[in-house]
Order: sequence, then structure tokens, then C-alpha cells
Amino acid sequence: MTRTSQSRPRGRLFGRIDGDVAGILLLAALLIVVLPLGLDIFRLNMVGKYLTYAFVALGLVLCWGSAGILSLGQGIFFGIGGYCMAMFLKLEASSPEATKIQSTPGIPDFMDWNQLKALPWFWEPFHSLTFATVAVVAVPALLAFIVGLAMFKRRVGGVYFAIITQAFAAILTILIVGQQGYTGGINGITDLRTLKGWDIRTDEAKLVLYFVNAALLIGCILLCLYVRRSKLGRILVALRDKEDRVRFSGYDVANFKIFVFCFAAALSAVGGAMFTLQVGFMSPSFVGIVPSIEMVIYCAVGGRLSLLGAVYGTLLVNWAKTMLSESFPELWLFAMGALFIGVVMVFPNGLAGLYQQFIAPRLRRPVAGRADAAAGVDAGAPIIPPHTAAD
Amino acid sequence: MFEGYSLAELGSIFAMQGFAGLILFSVFVLMALGLAIIFGQMGVINMAHGEFMILGAYVTYLCSNFISSTAPALFPAYFFIAMALAFLASGALGMLVEWAMIRFLYRRPLDTLLATWGLSLILQQIFRSVFGAREVGVVLPDWLMGSVAVTDTIEVPINGLFVMGLTIAITIVIYAVMFRSRWGQGVRAVMQNRVMAGAVGINTEKVDRYTFGLGCGIAGVAGSAFTMVGSTGPTSGQLYIVDTFLVVVFGGAQSLIGTIASAFTISQAQSTMEFFLSGSTAKVLTLLTVVVILMLRPQGLFVLKVRR
Repeated sequence: MTRTSQSRPRGRLFGRIDGDVAGILLLAALLIVVLPLGLDIFRLNMVGKYLTYAFVALGLVLCWGSAGILSLGQGIFFGIGGYCMAMFLKLEASSPEATKIQSTPGIPDFMDWNQLKALPWFWEPFHSLTFATVAVVAVPALLAFIVGLAMFKRRVGGVYFAIITQAFAAILTILIVGQQGYTGGINGITDLRTLKGWDIRTDEAKLVLYFVNAALLIGCILLCLYVRRSKLGRILVALRDKEDRVRFSGYDVANFKIFVFCFAAALSAVGGAMFTLQVGFMSPSFVGIVPSIEMVIYCAVGGRLSLLGAVYGTLLVNWAKTMLSESFPELWLFAMGALFIGVVMVFPNGLAGLYQQFIAPRLRRPVAGRADAAAGVDAGAPIIPPHTAAD
Repeated sequence: MFEGYSLAELGSIFAMQGFAGLILFSVFVLMALGLAIIFGQMGVINMAHGEFMILGAYVTYLCSNFISSTAPALFPAYFFIAMALAFLASGALGMLVEWAMIRFLYRRPLDTLLATWGLSLILQQIFRSVFGAREVGVVLPDWLMGSVAVTDTIEVPINGLFVMGLTIAITIVIYAVMFRSRWGQGVRAVMQNRVMAGAVGINTEKVDRYTFGLGCGIAGVAGSAFTMVGSTGPTSGQLYIVDTFLVVVFGGAQSLIGTIASAFTISQAQSTMEFFLSGSTAKVLTLLTVVVILMLRPQGLFVLKVRR
């Protein structure tokens, strides 16, 4: 393709300031400067918690928005990531000195309550922070790989994939709740204290963790942007829109799907690990069917095709949830239900779609000469053609 | 896991658990039949199916209260009135939902899934606001209480027998409607080839609406039957929805016989294992087995050969 003045720069992420990068800089300024200055530490920690869901939403933008694979089991990966981190922190908090009143000192308190006498074998490696950090990304990615391999190689997709991922979310929740002695049961893993001796419960630590989280999120957005702008990203879009045609062109469609599913899983898991660090516990209530499908709505509200939209959508939905549940708890489910229906029927492109339709044209007018510089927050996102939106 | 039981005891255990499994089977079948019509025939994912079932359960609850306070003479038969009302209420709501929402989404199954999930949240909250968060139960008429002793060690509860009889009757009715009536022929024609069915003069939009209504109505009846064996809360429907979807997918989405066979397998496996292992382990093992089999055989147990 010949590059005209109208075409967008491809493959050069940092070559010049284009619409996407401008949008990311704006988001970075908001997260790193505006919010920390404007909010007290309690609210900032809450925003940090919301931002961990944004990792999941980013994964869904690639997986669902770009490639058309709707996973209703992202909570699994968020949860596994969180649990891996929580297991490390719990072991550190359960040193023999700290737990000497237990009948078996040196094991986590909930194991002691469930009459376990020794640490189960799969807990052993989590004494090491390196192992735990690797496991945060590796375990979910491996699980996603196995599930993806089994399903995509057999050309199972669409609705069936959604239902089966949902079943996995149900299975994992029942398993965690049922195996109380090994997992902490319905309460999850609580009372986490220090990371390598550094107390994560102080305000100062929360501030540091917030910045780490925000920086990681920006990094992940850049990574996703890179993936989307690569050839691979465009093959994903192609297989969403006309899978057979991509297959007949000689691509192994399944491999691309497996990759994007694993990538989304790893992103969710990073979010889960950051969640554990910032909130100080992990429980099965972030794993099951309801949270998993709620995570889809974060992505849908922001616009399923827009990376930045996913972040704003996550922030907005969670902020609304907190506000409504604080003052009108019974209204929240109505609002949530209406959001699901509205986002599907009225504005399928979410906030990003509204932005492109109403705000971007106004912004573009004053700088008409530089169309590509002001093409919008996420100009790479086309409007979904109605017949390809889902299948 | 079998140590400590004599052979006779094991036999009784299997018989009793088998019967408990049959009750679970009945609930699964009733729920899955509605879903099999909506999902299998129409290709619509209705995540609010559980809530349509709970609507039927609440209608039964209201009906039992109303009849016991105004016309106690009718009380022994209230269940049949309640069942008809539950069918009408859920069916009418289903048709309304189809008209307002589903008909715009036929080509976007994943979006239907999200939209109906939203609907299920709204319905749940309505139930909670109207009936309260606590579970409610109905009073069974005398003739449904008690149990039949088959042998010294095996006892069979009458309400369970009744629910099973009901399930069989409803299954036969649905089979007759779908495969023996002219209307059912129209439904199957539309689902197999919409354009052609329209061309030969079938009003496809009307067929869609009534089919969806029928599926939801059956869910209402399922809810009505559900009150006989368990209590009803605003979120009871959500507990069953994933299991039911697995039942339908496992059986092969287009096959009603497959749905029944898979409901039977899943419920029996679960309730037999439940006695020897803990409830949660039994459930995990059952679901995991189903999911693994589905991965190996994505088309389900029974496949209807349809030229697409």
C-alpha cells in the first residue's frame, strides 16, 4: 500500500505522535498526575483496584473485540494470577514465629483450622518470589493454552466457547470453595502483610503500588497496541470477519486464536496479581461466573474495539458501582442490567464509539490539516459492521 | 470408597441416590427442554432462562397462598392451576422479551448472551424487591406428602414421584407439539431454512415469537415443579443456568432426545458420586468430565444431520 498523507503510520510505534499515542499520553497524565493529586489515599487505592480490572478488559479487547472470541472465563485467569501472588504473600505472613500459637506452626492459618499438618506440595515452590512472579503469568497462560488447543484446533468457537469457558469458571469456583484446607475456601486467602519484608498495608506502600500498577497498565496498553498494529493483529481482525477466507489463504487460524487467548489470559493474571497486592486478599468471589461476565461489560462499555476505551469503561463502571452500591444498593443491579442491554442494543461501540461519532469530528475541525494527529483517542478502531459483531 | 458397606446396603444406596438423581434429572430436563427449544432450534442464548423458571416458581408460590386463603376446597388441586398460570406468565414475558429485544439480535448470538444476562440481573432484582431476598417455599397438599416404602431400606418420596411423572408428561407433550403438529413443523422449517420457509408462506417472525414464548413457558412450568422439591430465592435460577446449558450442549444442541439422555447421565453421575464424595467434589468431577468430553466431541452426544 502506498503511503499518502491520509494513511496512518504503521509499525512505527514511537516514530511520531499519532492519535493513539496522544491518547495514551493523556491517560498516563490522568493516572499518574491528576488522580494522585486529586484523590485521598483511600480513593486512590480504590482506583488502583479498578485499574487491575482494566488489565482484564485490555485482554478482552484483543480477544473479543479484535479476534471475535468471547471468553466468559477471564475471572479464572484473574483469579489464578491473584492466587499465585496471594500464596507467596501468605507463606511470608505465616513464618513459624508469626504462627507459633497454631497447632502446626509455619503453615497458613486456614490450613491449621482445617487440621492440615503439613504444607501441601503445590504450595512449596511459592516460598520463592521469583517462582511466584513467573507462575502469575505462566500458569494462566498454560491453562489458556491447553483449553485453546483443545477447542480451537477442533474449530469450536463462538457461543460454545463462551459456554465452556463459563463452565470452567464455575468449576474453579466450586473447587476453591470446596477445598477449604488447601485454598482458604469461600473466604479466600486473607491477612496478607508483607512483600519481602516490606509492609504492603501502609498508606505509603499503597501509593507506591498504585504507581507501579499504573505504569504496568500503560506498559500493557503499549504492548497491546503493538500487537494490534502488527501483521498478527490484522490477521486477528481478518479471522473475526471472514474466518474461512483466512484459512483458505494458508493461515492456521487456530494458532492465532490460541495466541490471543493466552495473551489475554496473561494480561488478566497480571491484573489479578496487582489486585492481591493492592487490596491485600484474594477470594473466589473474583473468579466465578458473575465477576467474569461483569469483566466483559467493562470492556463493552468502553468499546470492545478500543484499548483506551476499555480502561475508561472499567473506571466508569466500577466508579458507578461503588457510588450506587454505597447509596442505592438495590438500584445497582438494575443499572448493571440496563448497561448490558444498552451496550448491546443501543451503542455497540461503547464510549469509544460515542467519542468517535460526536467528539472527534469537533476536535478534528481546528486541525484539519493534520488529520492523522487528531484522529481520535483510538482511531484504529473501526465501527463494527453489524453482521460481524459477534460471530 | 466402598469399604464398610455390605452389598445389600450398597444396593439400597445406589437405589436411593439413583432416585435422588432422578429428581435432579426431572428439574434438569424441564429446564433444558425449554432451553433446547430456544438454543437448539433458534440458536438464541437465553441467559435469563433461570429467571423465567423462577418467575414460574413465584407464580406457584403466590397461587398457593391465594388459594389456601380464598378457596381452601381447591387447595389439593392448586398445583395444576399454578402450573397453567406459570406457563402463561413466563410465556407472555418471553414473547414480550422476544419482541422488545431478541428479534434485533438473531444474527449476533454472543450479543444476545450479554443482553439476556442483563435481563436476568434486572429480573433478579425485581424478584428481590417484590418477594424479598429470603427463599420462599410452598405448602404441599396432603396427598403429595410422605413417601412410599418400596423395601425395608428403600423409601421413595411422593412429591419426587409426582415431579417425575410430570416431567414425562411434559416431555411427551413437547415432543408431540414439535414433531407431530403442523405448528411444530412450521417451527422446524423456519429453523432449518428461514428464507425458504418465508417463501412458502410461513410467517417467520410470528413463529420466532411463539417458539421463544413456548421455551420460556416451559421454563415457567419447570419452576412450578421446582417448588415441589426445593425452595425458591431470587438467585436460584442462576445456580442452574450453567448446568442446564452444559446439559443442552452435551446432548447435542439440536436433539431433544440427546438433551434428555445427557440430563440423565449428568444428574445420575452427580447424585451417585455425591454420596461417596463431598458434594463439591462430585460437582467438580461431573462438570469437568462433561467439559472434557465436549472438548473431544464438540458436537455433543447426539447429532442431527442438517445440511447447512
